[in-house]
Amino acid sequence: MTTAASRGRSALVLHQARFDLLSFLRNRQARFFTLVLPLLFLVIFNGVFGGNEVGAAGLPAKLYYVPGIAAMAVIAASFVNLVISITVLREEGILKRRRATPVPAWILISGRTFMAISVSLLSMAVLMLVGRFAYGVRLPAHAVPGIAITAVVGSITFCVLAYAFSTFIENEDAAQPMVQAVMLPLYFISGVFIPAVTLPAWLRHVAEIFPVQHLADGLRHGYLPGTTGIGIVWSDLGVLAIWAAIGLAFALRRFSWLPKAATG
Amino acid sequence: MEPVVSVHGLRKRYGQVDAVAGIDLEVQRGEIFAFLGPNGAGKTTTVEILEGFRTRTAGEVSVLGVDPAEGDAEWRNRVGAVLQESNAEPGLTVRESLRLYSGYYLEPRDIDETIALVGLDEKADTLAPQLSGGQRRRLDVALALIGDPELIFLDEPTTGFDPSARRAAWQVIDGLRGLGKTVFLTTHYMDEADQLADRIAVISGGSIVAEGTPGTLGGRNRMAATIRFTLPDGTGADDLPPELRALLASEDGQVLLTTDTPLVHVGALADWALARGIDLPDLDVRRPTLEEVYLELTEEPA
Repeated sequence: MTTAASRGRSALVLHQARFDLLSFLRNRQARFFTLVLPLLFLVIFNGVFGGNEVGAAGLPAKLYYVPGIAAMAVIAASFVNLVISITVLREEGILKRRRATPVPAWILISGRTFMAISVSLLSMAVLMLVGRFAYGVRLPAHAVPGIAITAVVGSITFCVLAYAFSTFIENEDAAQPMVQAVMLPLYFISGVFIPAVTLPAWLRHVAEIFPVQHLADGLRHGYLPGTTGIGIVWSDLGVLAIWAAIGLAFALRRFSWLPKAATG
Repeated sequence: MEPVVSVHGLRKRYGQVDAVAGIDLEVQRGEIFAFLGPNGAGKTTTVEILEGFRTRTAGEVSVLGVDPAEGDAEWRNRVGAVLQESNAEPGLTVRESLRLYSGYYLEPRDIDETIALVGLDEKADTLAPQLSGGQRRRLDVALALIGDPELIFLDEPTTGFDPSARRAAWQVIDGLRGLGKTVFLTTHYMDEADQLADRIAVISGGSIVAEGTPGTLGGRNRMAATIRFTLPDGTGADDLPPELRALLASEDGQVLLTTDTPLVHVGALADWALARGIDLPDLDVRRPTLEEVYLELTEEPA
């Protein structure tokens, strides 16, 4: 007989992740914002600005857009997707009902996080393949481990931040606008929509405080000519880790399984 | 045998107000226990303390021998809960929702059998959010049952239902009795408690105001019965024999008598009417309904 105990804990995480993924794939809005929108942005930005030469080195802008939009895809699958789905599940009383079962909290959280990381990597891989074959933006083979590690660290960071950020959202209708209100300005100043080298220095300094810039920078590193080794920028990973720690502290203090919109 | 739920002196204070003001409860194994009261009486607060979702201010609580505030996974394996405001799992069908939840438990019930038990066979592959309100609530019951718990909490399971959906939900709840489950039902519908419960406790303003079986609640079995009838034209209440006139409660078209011994007085009335050749076609003898008892019990003091 298969029971929760005999299947083991990692199997239970996968069990949860599988159903979270199924639920995600059946949600048209989630599919669009997470999988389609980054692809649209890649096509639009590359179509309009891709041929421009930017920075002192005169590199083509598409070299910035492929990893920049890849960062956006990771954030969409981790942060945006999770903030909205967690808020909905909490306000609909679904998290509360799951807490009434014997399943440990960390399994529910890891399952959803695992799903988000998988979708992030998949979505990023699709963008990179489109970049490679449609725009000729090539990632050297030696930089693949670096970009993968950076993507995983970035995805985990944004998942943790999603759990923290969701605690500030009062109801499900507010989730989408609040997420976009935070993310859109950050996309603009962090080298996602506009290559960072063309921004004024003070704006770049502002962007450096936030994790978006470090994820975009970390993913871009492997693409730049002259990068050797596996292509990791340790300072970017460090800043992401600090943000993950801050997010974790907030999430642990504030996260609740119960709906905020109090019932009778 | 040890009671399944045992509560002594339970108190929950919010600011200056006691939402639950020191209550005692006991629920025995295999019982359907109805916890009845108007909105805001402290029902949901109490049940959420029993489910382990809320802390208490004072009192002793034991559910299946465990303090719910310290209920661990092993305890949660034995308890099922249908919460008042839990919606369907988004993006999952009925069967998938049950498959997800069955993974949470040590020894889950069979999924198809559970679907059949709540009468959702034909909806097994329908997305849960597309079910009607009544069907969704039956899915909630199935989700609470899938772990094969000993005790099930049902918090206002039929609020907002149309009559046929209520009947269907009642059938499902009544079926839990056949499985030997203990059911702790909260409701503000008197007829629901009357229909389903073995025992009822009424809470009002944070206190238990009455406890008993549907037949005896609030001394219903000892309360005066009323005899009601209409006299034909030309005959008045004054014409009744003195022993019946002494029982006269009102005469407003219909004559209303109240009595603790309805059989004796109906007999006297029949003798009198037959002797005079009067028929009383609308003669009606009845006890107070559970609803009348309930409304009296939960009436706000003026």
